[in-house]
Amino acid sequence: MIQFLVNNWQQALVLTGEHLFIVLVATGLAAVIGIPMGILISTNEDLAPIVINVANIVMTIPSIALFGIMLPVLSIFNVGLGTVPVVIALILYSQLPIIRNTYTAIKNIDPSVVDSAKGIGLSTWRRLFEVELPLALPVIIAGLRIAIVMNIGIVTIAVYVGAGGLGKFIQRGIDQVYEEQIMAGALLVALLAIAIEGLLYGLEYLVTPAGLREERKND
Amino acid sequence: MTKKAARIYRFTLLFLITTLIVYAYWSGLITYVFNNSAKLLKLIQQHLLLVITSMIIATTLGISIGVILSRPQFKKYQGVVMYIVGLGQTIPSLAVLALAMSLLGIGMVPAIFALTIYTVLPIARNTLAGLNSVADDLLDAARGMGLTNWRILWEVEFPNALKVILTGIRLALVINIGTAALGALVGAGGLGEQIFTGISFLDTKLLLSGAIPTALLALLADYGVQILEKVLLSEGLK
Repeated sequence: MIQFLVNNWQQALVLTGEHLFIVLVATGLAAVIGIPMGILISTNEDLAPIVINVANIVMTIPSIALFGIMLPVLSIFNVGLGTVPVVIALILYSQLPIIRNTYTAIKNIDPSVVDSAKGIGLSTWRRLFEVELPLALPVIIAGLRIAIVMNIGIVTIAVYVGAGGLGKFIQRGIDQVYEEQIMAGALLVALLAIAIEGLLYGLEYLVTPAGLREERKND
Repeated sequence: MTKKAARIYRFTLLFLITTLIVYAYWSGLITYVFNNSAKLLKLIQQHLLLVITSMIIATTLGISIGVILSRPQFKKYQGVVMYIVGLGQTIPSLAVLALAMSLLGIGMVPAIFALTIYTVLPIARNTLAGLNSVADDLLDAARGMGLTNWRILWEVEFPNALKVILTGIRLALVINIGTAALGALVGAGGLGEQIFTGISFLDTKLLLSGAIPTALLALLADYGVQILEKVLLSEGLK
């Protein structure tokens, strides 16, 4: 396996880059949709269970089945295969962790903090950006972390609908019954997931306000 | 207000189902399903066989691992084992299947082997988490009443940990059904066969006749375990 990686390091690098690119673009777009959605439903108790339920149902659909269902629909627009269906699927799957974490994070903010923000006369928007979001940020980033690690796994399967990424190694390994290639692909995907998870753990720690760090350690 | 929300919810669901049926009819899916019902049934059977066999083995194994690790004499290994479980879950399911194939050849056996390994992880983790979350006072009280360790496990620990364990099983079952669809790649059959052939030939009917049942199976399983949770969970813990 090491031999295989040494001989194909250029391709391994390109595929890792592709893999990471798809995941980051999709999760970025998902965050742009999911975080505002989470904030919105934290102000609306009727909407919250519906949105979370729908996200839950989407999450339950197996990824390969979702690709299968989307393919004919997207084929109408000529983007049935390739990166587009993968990015859409990843955005859909990421909604649950991102929305749920944003929602719980904002809901769990100490009401007295929100009250004092109101008391010093902050407008709703400034309260959101200067009080609620900074306090909620670590939990929101935890949601992003879960989404990204999950997405790294899903992109591996997406190779069958024509997306690039490290799944190519595994796909070719299966076709040629070439064990070293499968293991190389699996190892790189796992390493990628572990590395990104570690990075985001670090980020989570960095954005935790200093006053809250001690509290969290004791949890 | 919640009533209104429920009505909107139901309406959207109905709308979605109607569009799906119209779409299915338009794409010729319904005639296809009628003409190939025998083949589809066989694939569903294969799929279920994969899922059920691996789930039975994985549940037994996962719960046993969880129980063993939660016993006092093995508690010190908890951290290490859970770390390994965490690492194991970063390996993509496709790779686990592929490696099982290079180990055991093609067919159902490697698929069941891979599915089992992949499903043990969430079940073991949740069993352990559930058993660890049982309050110490409860255990003390049970010991004080003179229950043996076995009876404490069966009558106090399991009922209290059941919710978390069942959540683990539900998660595992859904992952399992999705991964079993990939089993077609290692020659294990199942609904994945329709999906992958459908992708190769860009054939909508083939694709949907595999993808829709797979999705429905996962949703049904998810719902089924939720109902099981309601039935099995004791009144006071809901």
